[in-house]
Parts: sequence; C-alpha cells; structure tokens
Amino acid sequence: MQISGAEILVRSLQEEGVEFIFGYPGGAVLEIYDAIFRQNQFKHVLVRHEQAAVHAADAYSRSSDKVGVALVTSGPGATNAVTGIATAYMDSIPMVVISGQVPTPAIGMDAFQEVDMVGITRPCVKHNFLVKDVTELASTIKKAFYIAKTGRPGPVVVDIAKDVTQAKHEFSYPDSVQIRSYVPVTRGHPGQIKKAVGLLLEAKRPYIYVGGGAVQGNAAAEVTELVRLLGVPCTNTLMGLGAYPGSDRQFLGMLGMHGTYEANMAMQNCDVLLAVGARFDDRVISVPSHFLGAPKKIIHIDVDPSSIAKRVKADVPIVGDVKHVLAEMLELLRASSQRPDAQALAAWWQQVEAWRDRKSLWYQPSDELIKPQHVVQTLYEVTGGNAIVTSDVGQHQMWAAQYYKFDRPKQWLNSGGLGTMGFGLPAAIGAQLANPDATVACITGEGSIQMNIQELSTAKQYHTPVKVLSLNNRYLGMVRQWQEFFYGTRYSESYMDALPDFVKIAEAYGHVGMKIENPADVEPAIREAFSQKNRERLVFMDFRTDQSENVFPMVGNGKGLDQMDLPPHMREQGGEAADRDYGNLC
Amino acid sequence: MRHILSILLENEAGALSRVVGLFSARGYNIDSLTVSTTEDATLSRMTIVTHGSDEVIEQITKQLNKLIEVVKVIDLNESEHIEREMMLIKVRATGKEREEMKRMADIFRGRIIDVTEKTYTIELTGTSDKLGAFIEAVDRSVILETVRTGASGIGRGERILKI
Ligand SMILES: Cc1cc2nc3c(=O)[nH]c(=O)nc-3n(C[C@H](O)[C@H](O)[C@H](O)COP(=O)(O)OP(=O)(O)OC[C@H]3O[C@@H](n4cnc5c(N)ncnc54)[C@H](O)[C@@H]3O)c2cc1C
Ligand SMILES: Cc1ncc(C[n+]2csc(CCOP(=O)(O)OP(=O)(O)O)c2C)c(N)n1
Ligand SMILES: [Mg+2]
Repeated sequence: MQISGAEILVRSLQEEGVEFIFGYPGGAVLEIYDAIFRQNQFKHVLVRHEQAAVHAADAYSRSSDKVGVALVTSGPGATNAVTGIATAYMDSIPMVVISGQVPTPAIGMDAFQEVDMVGITRPCVKHNFLVKDVTELASTIKKAFYIAKTGRPGPVVVDIAKDVTQAKHEFSYPDSVQIRSYVPVTRGHPGQIKKAVGLLLEAKRPYIYVGGGAVQGNAAAEVTELVRLLGVPCTNTLMGLGAYPGSDRQFLGMLGMHGTYEANMAMQNCDVLLAVGARFDDRVISVPSHFLGAPKKIIHIDVDPSSIAKRVKADVPIVGDVKHVLAEMLELLRASSQRPDAQALAAWWQQVEAWRDRKSLWYQPSDELIKPQHVVQTLYEVTGGNAIVTSDVGQHQMWAAQYYKFDRPKQWLNSGGLGTMGFGLPAAIGAQLANPDATVACITGEGSIQMNIQELSTAKQYHTPVKVLSLNNRYLGMVRQWQEFFYGTRYSESYMDALPDFVKIAEAYGHVGMKIENPADVEPAIREAFSQKNRERLVFMDFRTDQSENVFPMVGNGKGLDQMDLPPHMREQGGEAADRDYGNLC
Repeated sequence: MRHILSILLENEAGALSRVVGLFSARGYNIDSLTVSTTEDATLSRMTIVTHGSDEVIEQITKQLNKLIEVVKVIDLNESEHIEREMMLIKVRATGKEREEMKRMADIFRGRIIDVTEKTYTIELTGTSDKLGAFIEAVDRSVILETVRTGASGIGRGERILKI
C-alpha cells in the first residue's frame, strides 16, 4: 500500500522505537504533524522554542540509552534549532533532528521560509541529509539513527522537502544498514592494548583521566574496575563526571580550569597517564607545552582517531570503543602475574593526599549570605546524591560540578563543549521524560534561566516536576569573575538589572515559586521542594546568593595546571590554615 | 611541507562542500583541488594539494576520513607517485614573439591548440612546478590569460586507491 512521505516518516520513527519527539509545527511540516496526529505510538512534546526542543531531545539521549528526536519547521524553525544542534555536536551526543524544507521545486528560489539547513548545519553535525525523493526517505531515517549512535556519537539532521512528505510510496523499513564509507572501529589494537597494560603496571605515578566518552560509551563499570584493580587515583572531566563514582576515595575530583588542586597537580605530575574517552580540551590541560613540560607517557583511548594527537601526542594511541578496550585491558591485567609497584604507588598516594589535604574546595561559610556552594551541597544531601542534575552555564555550573558528587554516569547533564546558556531547563524536561521516576534538578543562574524560561510552560503541559535551583547572584557571575580577575573589576554589562520576580513567574506558569534569602532557610526550603507534597510539582527556587563569590581553583588563561589561582584560605601562610575546621566539606 | 592527498568519496550532492567546508572551518590550506567522477559513477576522486606541519597533515587526513561520504584518503607523499596538472595559457604572439613562443612551447613539450593572428593558446601538462617554470620563463607582459586545473595525482607502480 502506498502511504505519504509523512506517514513513512512516522512509521520509520516508530520502527526506531521512538517514545517522544520534541518539536514545534509550521508550514513545511504540516503534513508530518498531521501524520503524528493520526498515530498514537509515540508522544509529541510541544516546546515553546525550537532551541528547547533540541536541548530536550539531547538530554533525553544523554540521560538514557536512546536517541532523542526533535522536529522543527523550515526557515526560522530550523535556524532556532542550530544552537541546540551545535551543543549536542560539541559534546558528541547522539540525536536526530528532522527539519522541514520548502518543496523541491521551490528550493533555491528564495522561497518563503527557505534556508539552506544542510549548509547551515554542516559544520556542527555528524552528518546531514536533504531528502528530495520519497523513495529514499525510510532508508535515510535508518541511516540517520545508525550514524547518530555508532562510532563517535553526534547529531544528524534530516531536512525533508515538503513535497516529499506529500508524495506516496510503499513503506518498507530496512533491517540493517551498510554504509561502505562509514565503518566505525570498536576493537582496539591488541598490541597497543598490551603495551598500555605494561606501561600502567610499571608506572610510578599512574593516573587515570576519564571523559565523556566513558559516559556515552557505557563504560563506567569497566572504568571503576580498572581504577580499583590498579589502585590508582582517578579524575573525571566535566563531561566524564559519574563515570567513576564521585564519592570514592580514589576519585580526586574534576580536573581542569576549575578542577580541584589535587586533580590538577596529579595531572601535571603523573608519569603514566591513561586517557579514557577524553580529548585533552583546552579547558582541561590548558597549555599543551606546559602540560608536557613535566615528562609523562600518555595512553589515549578514543573511538575517534582525530581526537588522538590533536592537542597532545599519545605514546600509546588506541583507537576503539572504550568499553571494549577497557574490557580487554582488564582481562590482560587479571591474567598477568605482574602487580603495580606497591612502594611507588604508596609514595604517589602520599603525595596525592598531601595535595588533597589542602582542601581546595573549602569555602568560608556565612550566616548572613547564602553561599552557592552550600546550596549545591545541601541539594546533594537532600537528594541522597541520587538526582539527575542538569545545569546551565556559568559559575553555578562549576559549583554544581564541584559539590554534587555524581556516583552514576548519565546523572549529570550539561553543555561543556559549546557552553550553551539556556540548556538547563529544557534538558531537565527531556531527562524527566526519559526517566519518569527519577528526581530531576536543574541548577541554573538568573542569567541562564532567562534564555529559555518559556519552557516553564512546557513543563506544566507535560507534568515534568523538575526542581529548578537558581543561584541568583544578580550577575552574569562567570563574566563578572573574569572581569574581576583580568579586567580590573570593570564590570562591563555583567550586572543583571531589572530582574523579574521569579516567584511570580513560576506561579504565573502554574508552578510553585520560592524565594530564599537566608542561609538558615536553605535546607528547609530544599527539603520542602523535594518533599512528597511537591512530588508532582515543578518548584522554582530563587536563592539570593553571595554576589561576590568566585569559583576556585582557577587555571587562568595561558597558565599551567600547577599554576592555579587558589582560594583565599590556600593563599594564607603558616599555622592558621592548618587549624581551620574543614567540616563543611564532608 | 607540501602534501598531495588523494581522496575517494561518494559521488553525492554536497560531498564536495563537506570537504571544502572542513578545510575552511579548521583553517587548513587548499593550494589546489581537483575532482571528477571515476570509472565507477558512484565514486568521485579528488586530489587536494595542501601544506602544513606533519601534525596538521595528520589531522587533515583524520578529519577527512571522519566525513561520512569519504571512502578513503591517502597521502601520496608517503610513497612514490606521479602528479600532473594541465594549464591552458593564452599568450600574445606577434612579430618576433610569435617564433619565440612557439619555441618555448616546444621546449616545455606544450601544444599550441588555438591560433589567431595575434595570439597562441598553449596546452601544457606536467607537474605544478613545471607549469610554474613555464610562466617564469616567458615574459610576463605577453601572458594574456592562464587557466590551471590543479594537480591530479596517482601512486606509482602497483599501488592503487580503490574500494
Ligand atoms: C564555563 C565552563 C567551564 C569549564 N571548565 C571545565 C573544567 O574545569 N574542567 C573540565 O574538564 N571541563 C571544563 N569545561 C568543559 C570543556 O569545555 C569540555 O567540554 C570538556 O572538558 C570536554 O570533556 P571530555 O574531554 O571528556 O570530552 P567530550 O567532549 O566528552 O568528548 C568525548 C571524547 O570521547 C570520545 N568518545 C565518545 N564515545 C566514545 C566511545 N564509545 N569510546 C571511545 N571514545 C569515545 C569522543 O571521540 C571524544 O573524543 C568547561 C566548560 C564550561 C562551559
Ligand atoms: C548563549 C550564551 N551567551 C553567552 C555566554 C557567555 N557566558 C558564559 S557564563 C555567562 C554568565 C552566566 O550567568 P548566570 O546564568 O547568571 O550564571 P552565573 O555565572 O552567575 O552563575 C555568560 C554570559 C554563554 N556561555 N552562552
Ligand atoms: Mg548569575
């Protein structure tokens, strides 16, 4: 039987097991929306802005093993989606974005709502397609999902001309797909794997650095086993948080620009570094020449060869899927009679503990001003460390990463590579739909939340009871911090004047709003927000936090990992620091 | 250093822009680029001449391989290869210059393929260096127009790039 292209699309999505699609209608996709109306296998989530549709689909992927799907119309719908697509691309998140296009005869005619979506998104997708022929629609959708989720994952855009959605054709969905020019590697080279194990066993100061590839590649169990078997310290990147349990002793915290003192010092001073699905980002190692100034052997596992030797040359490059490669390393280790050098390891740990004893995440508590770090710590305690946490971009994002100890992968969702303000709330909605029973919290700032605040409406419509914790410092705080440190406290356009009454905004959208101004109220407020009473409600918490608080440690521009700007208490000399009660860190 | 990359890619709309877009987006150089279909109509063969450090060339090769439509990439510099470029050059050919131009074309094994009272159009094939040498050898003022195809390359001997 011949069915329309729109129906073919819908059937294809059903074949892919799609549960939700996040989208927004318009002229070029009317046919598709009609086909969606006439089916009931998957649910459509109507967002309030296409950027949010893409972030929600992205977070749906990030927090599950499925591939999120977004649907937007041509022209402005498509361009609104671009930020979301680039966000997913930078963090290697699998996703399929379907955009409407003007009918094929109108392409190139400057038609109403025509943009070259394939051209615009080419640099920020893993791949994209323009479908101009209905006979190719089903196989293109099959390819799109396959490409999105295999190899190094990434977003795939399928731009579909309107006449294709109207044309008729038989539906047959391919069982499998073969693309001769695309053959992702999974297994690593056995010789290289053996070499890597040898290096790790001989190391005097070994260190394991784990990134987003281990989270996306579902390799947390293998990472954990390897770290424990070797008895070595471990760090995660911002994207890797949760790949190794954040509350474990062998975990030194996040590394990088706002990493802990011990994580960064160990990175600089290790002699053998195992990098697992991490890409030596500039926010992680800062200046490559300084990083390599302290000699070390580097083993680098990545499924994408272009991530290897891009910023830092590897001594033992291993191209392959982390899960496979680590499993093989574990097997070799278990079979080997050789054990790590216990004496060297003990000395290394002693050094690491000395760094850790400097308590780089300690902050001066206050009875008068709400410390943002304290809000995150309280959230951690109240949610028992179990919440899925999304964030926006800024200081609050860093405090979330530093003070919430993520024990599970896919529990922490944020925009690391693109750093997209406005990600947090739509991401929380997507994550809640993917994980209906989970507690979902969104840690945001008063700047970021206003970039997609309209999604409070989506949250109402689809009953996603996420809890929004806005660390409201009345500043674009991260910008203010840089201006304080590097621009002589000239706070150019970083003060947020004329802020709205967020409690009223929340209430106007039909949610619960709370304003918290005293440190003593932080815990009771969070307890109330997460209590049974508010189980089904979205609660927006507007915390008036200390405006002058900065994120420490900080590796400034052009500085090495061991040249961090340290928090005030670490800059003090002598005995005073030693006597301090670090109780608030535990 | 100058490298000559040979790329086999799907003969699909947009594949060329992906390659070109990659070079501009990542700040790589393109000295020349040629592309056409092969004996297999589903495949295109592209030759890109670029330059950069070994690290840059390695990244270029890896990034090209990452493009879904790219089937294979080889760096012809890695072993012996042949490269050819064609140039069509229109020169002024009047008076005693007419004889001189004919002589130059012969020396460079070029062929005069179009003749008017005042001009010659010469077809010249060879390495890019040889074409450059021809341009250097003739008086600049007589050159009216040059069209170069950019280099195409192929490995020597048994070495082939195929799927
Ligand atoms: C305000 C701000 C501050 C920041 N500060 C920091 C900071 O202090 N510290 C920090 O770490 N980051 C920080 N970032 C984030 C930073 O910009 C990068 O996004 C991040 O460091 C990259 O993480 P990653 O190296 O784990 O790579 P990802 O971007 O997660 O990339 C994953 C890598 O793994 C590979 N991969 C994917 N799947 C697999 C698989 N199955 N098998 C093998 N390999 C795979 C990919 O090819 C890729 O190379 C900050 C961002 C912002 C916005
Ligand atoms: C879309 C976008 N625009 C601009 C920036 C640059 N930027 C990074 S952090 C930041 C400030 C964020 O302010 P807020 O959300 O209040 O968070 P805070 O740093 O105060 O915690 C800005 C403007 C960005 N990351 N994203
Ligand atoms: Mg702020």
